[in-house]
Amino acid sequence: MESFQQTKSIAKREWGSYFNSPVAYVFIMIFLVLAGFFTFAVSQFFESGQADLRAFFVWHPWLYLILVPAVAMRLWSEERRARTIELLLTLPITPWQAICGKFLAAWLFLILSVVLTFPIVLTAMYLGQLDLGVVLCGYVGSILLAGAYLAIGMCTSALTKNQVISFILSVVIGLFFILAGFPPVTDLLSRFSPVWLVDAIAAFSFMAHYEALQRGVLDVRDVVYFASIIGFMLLGTHIVLRTRAAQ
Amino acid sequence: MICVKELVKDFGGRVAVNGVSFELSKGDVLGFLGPNGAGKTTTMRMIVGFLPPTSGTAVVCGHNIVQDPIQARKRIGYMPENAPLYGDMTVQTFLQFVAEIRRFIGKERDEKVDATIKKCFLQDVRHQTIETLSKGYRQRTCFAQTMIHNPPVLILDEPTDGLDPNQKQLVRNMIQEMAADKAIILSTHILEEAEAICTRAIIISNGKVVTDSTPAELKKQAPSYNALTLKIVASAEEAKNTFEQLGDVDSVDVLDSSTDHVSLRLFPKNGQPLATTALEEAHSHNWLVKEMQSESGRLEEVFQHLTVTENVSEKVK
Ligand SMILES: Nc1ncnc2c1ncn2[C@@H]1O[C@H](COP(=O)(O)OP(=O)(O)OP(=O)(O)O)[C@@H](O)[C@H]1O
Ligand SMILES: [Mg+2]
Repeated sequence: MESFQQTKSIAKREWGSYFNSPVAYVFIMIFLVLAGFFTFAVSQFFESGQADLRAFFVWHPWLYLILVPAVAMRLWSEERRARTIELLLTLPITPWQAICGKFLAAWLFLILSVVLTFPIVLTAMYLGQLDLGVVLCGYVGSILLAGAYLAIGMCTSALTKNQVISFILSVVIGLFFILAGFPPVTDLLSRFSPVWLVDAIAAFSFMAHYEALQRGVLDVRDVVYFASIIGFMLLGTHIVLRTRAAQ
Repeated sequence: MICVKELVKDFGGRVAVNGVSFELSKGDVLGFLGPNGAGKTTTMRMIVGFLPPTSGTAVVCGHNIVQDPIQARKRIGYMPENAPLYGDMTVQTFLQFVAEIRRFIGKERDEKVDATIKKCFLQDVRHQTIETLSKGYRQRTCFAQTMIHNPPVLILDEPTDGLDPNQKQLVRNMIQEMAADKAIILSTHILEEAEAICTRAIIISNGKVVTDSTPAELKKQAPSYNALTLKIVASAEEAKNTFEQLGDVDSVDVLDSSTDHVSLRLFPKNGQPLATTALEEAHSHNWLVKEMQSESGRLEEVFQHLTVTENVSEKVK
């Protein structure tokens, strides 16, 4: 309990640092505008005549690909650049508490942004009969997906004091996780690789797991998948911090 | 309270700290002196557990910093080099954050923060954003952060770096006030500071401890310790030769000579005071002594003597 208190303090400080700067407001604005633009203008939500939110959720992997690394890149890079990492890691806390505190703050911030898209749900409800179970499941999937991207971004952020490098690295890794299961890529792969290999690679991709959740199927395996990506990346962050905190 | 044994830090072939050992008990204020790049910061970082040592151990209040870092750090207040701080926070929210991490919550947290703000004279800036503070205030905010939990051990890396003379004095006074029931390590490039507040001084050079002593003892190693400066009415040649004959005198420098007087500096052979013998000698030659001054030795000289390496020493000369 005592140890959670400290994790909370770190999360609180991190949360505050988003809102002490324009980062939070700019991010939320851009996220909402882009989400609305893709849903209504590109996917032609109104014209499709369907009362579900596929047209909305389908864009999230691509939006997060760029936007989440922008939120994650400062988590450790900034501590390194300003050398506050020396202050933080010599306080009586474990690196895990620092990592979890920062991760929770950033994830809660992303969750806030996602939740602020609720007017789109209201619009859909107004237009027709909406299966709220599916919508809820879709949000759970979207939040888990954001967490996975965030954990990747946090790990690359711990690697360097340069935020630009951290950003680019995490976009590239995120892109790999999307493309591994993206139909055009899997089709291309299946032309010259055995089916089991293509399937194995695709199983690593965000896409299959994310889409299952969008269909309203809350399968434990998909949740475990995202949770393990997050756990694995946080572990990576821990290892990176332990071995090169002072560099 | 602090026990450092054979600390070594090797940055991939570059040995920054090479077997530093010392012990420190309550009431000690240890001045960590040494040229740039000597390894002071690296040693301190190992003691607080920020850098893992390549070999050797540091034990703080009975807790090994590598095996039991949390317990050890609870007993340390640490001010890193260059006073890093979260620029987007205000002084007060920053100190509250540190107090929370130090396990003070609710009312107790606010009391600790208030007391610390008062003690460090930060009332005027308590609601100011840290990045808008002047360097002196930033430095003091980082210093304030070390003492919220009244730790038995303080480790301060250049706490007065870049402060104006008044603020330097303020920080020194605070350190001295706290010194009685704490063990304090501070690094500094200001030797008068070490002289003023440290009960012990360690000079390190190239990662090795070259002396471990008190500032007063160190000064005795200076060539000018107990040297005597005289201004007498006599001819330079004659006076120099006469004083050089004296048993206690090691050498004589002529500082300045004119037709009617000469200034000399007499260096003692083994730190003996020279005033009486020199006066008697001058008297027996009927030389009028216009001025006389005994020197107490300068830490700078000892520092240079112990740390300047061959090729640098030529440049310094
Ligand atoms: N992370 C690092 N990687 C490689 N070398 C390092 C690292 N940190 C310090 N060093 C080297 O270790 C040596 C000692 O550095 P340190 O910062 O301990 O010196 P210092 O005594 O604190 O000097 P100053 O008086 O300038 O603060 C230097 O040669 C420095 O270049
Ligand atoms: Mg230093």
